[in-house]
Amino acid sequence: MLRFAPVADFLTLREAVARYAKPGSRVALEGFTHLIPFAAGHEIIRQGISDLTLIRMTPDLIYDQMIGAGCAAKLIFSWGGNPGVGSLHRLRDAVEHEWPRPLELEEHSHAAMAHAYAAGAAGMPCAVFRGYVGSDLPSVNRNIRTIACPFTGEMLAAVPALRMDTTIIHAQKADRDGNVLVTGIVGVQKEAVLAAEHAVVTVEEIVDDLGTTGTNAVVLPSWSLDAIALAPGGARPSYAHGYYQRDNAFYVAWDAIARDRGAFRRWIDAHVMSAPSRLTACTP
Amino acid sequence: MTYTSAEMMTVAAARALVNDDICFVGIGLPSAACNLARLTHAPRLRLVYESGTLDTRPQVLPLSIGDGELCETALTTVPVVEMFQYWLQGGRITVGFLGGAQVDRYGNLNSTVVGPYLRPKVRLPGSGGATEIATQCGRIFIVMPHGPRAFVSKLDFVTSLGHGPTGRERRALGVATEGPALIVTDLCTMRPDPETNEFEVVSLHPGVTIDRVREQTGWTVKVRATLEETPAPRPDELEALRDLQRRTRRAHGTKTDDE
Repeated sequence: MLRFAPVADFLTLREAVARYAKPGSRVALEGFTHLIPFAAGHEIIRQGISDLTLIRMTPDLIYDQMIGAGCAAKLIFSWGGNPGVGSLHRLRDAVEHEWPRPLELEEHSHAAMAHAYAAGAAGMPCAVFRGYVGSDLPSVNRNIRTIACPFTGEMLAAVPALRMDTTIIHAQKADRDGNVLVTGIVGVQKEAVLAAEHAVVTVEEIVDDLGTTGTNAVVLPSWSLDAIALAPGGARPSYAHGYYQRDNAFYVAWDAIARDRGAFRRWIDAHVMSAPSRLTACTP
Repeated sequence: MTYTSAEMMTVAAARALVNDDICFVGIGLPSAACNLARLTHAPRLRLVYESGTLDTRPQVLPLSIGDGELCETALTTVPVVEMFQYWLQGGRITVGFLGGAQVDRYGNLNSTVVGPYLRPKVRLPGSGGATEIATQCGRIFIVMPHGPRAFVSKLDFVTSLGHGPTGRERRALGVATEGPALIVTDLCTMRPDPETNEFEVVSLHPGVTIDRVREQTGWTVKVRATLEETPAPRPDELEALRDLQRRTRRAHGTKTDDE
């Protein structure tokens, strides 16, 4: 029993993913290098949820794994590399050879994605900003258009607001009322949560007190979230500031695993499919 | 001291930065060059990474633009939306460092695809921050190794605007910033001709011939009349760079968490 009746339910990760990550839906698993929700991504792979439109500024290893496992029909993104290492080989294989299935791309710049998340959070139909000047990207993405400023006449870039069926993020802690604290590199998590119909947060731990009274830390109130699932280590091999560091050696090692379809399948079988779903829910 | 051509490139790029610069740093070569500058001749240089870290002073080079090291050593960390909206679009950054898979004679850059967009031969990572960095930083330094497949007469895709297809499009497009002002490679440094904005070789690194640069450039490259030799890396520059890289290798090769 919960002491109060928070809007966010405390669920197991398995329940949270089954309830909120529906096949064919628009899903963002955000976290700008930091706090990437890997445990949730792996649960989506284990549950075989497919035909997703995956949205993330930097697909990173998490979407490389989900794309290689066949979860994605479309990717909306702005930088698809393995940071400091090279290519995302599963993403490349999908784009260059349609393996394991064709992948539609909607490609932006970081500035556009960031503005589009903010517009989604604000309930606006589109984001207006100064961008894409002189770039070929508007010629391959019909969602990049221009709009004249009604006051100055300046031509500005416009992109549709990003709206998700579900956003999933990982955070340091939740309190027992279901409020969530994100610290460190806070990325676009707040915007991605507020731009979604449903929001799921996995956390390192559940605490009595977030300890943020009077500070301007990023706190997401319980009533802006749908579900919280306890998932200690749920951002690995990304990191959780104050808990564990980024596993840079794994990011380097991923290059060789992802280059080869067989090696990739074996890795997914051993580390995702054979791993148990997280069944522990917090009992506040 | 002997040194590699990669070290020469990083040192030459670092020298281009000054104390008063506020620099938007990309990962890889730019990050090494910017931190080398901060650790040698430009201690007041402000480094900004797109993950939102302002005035960061990393002790080791980050592998990604969002390593914890950047946040822990930063003056403050702002949300990514704010980074692009206020600090970059708001015109607060004096210099941006960019690279890419391809550059042309006017400093336009491709980091998106080799081959046609819909059936690419090589799918590259894409823009990231580059498209707006290219137009919104005061000026741009480009750092990338020389080679005929990288220094091309025509880009397969324009990810980021340099001086435009004929060198004159920046003003016409309403872009007020200066654009690419320097290209540093492992063979030479290049600057744009003040009239045409076409990049020309202004200095050759020690031991490099102009014929070698011509061989490695996919267009008929021009050479400035006052062609100079790039000063070789000094011992203090090399020591600072090697220390930084040693610390970085140690940090990235060793797992420090409890797994």
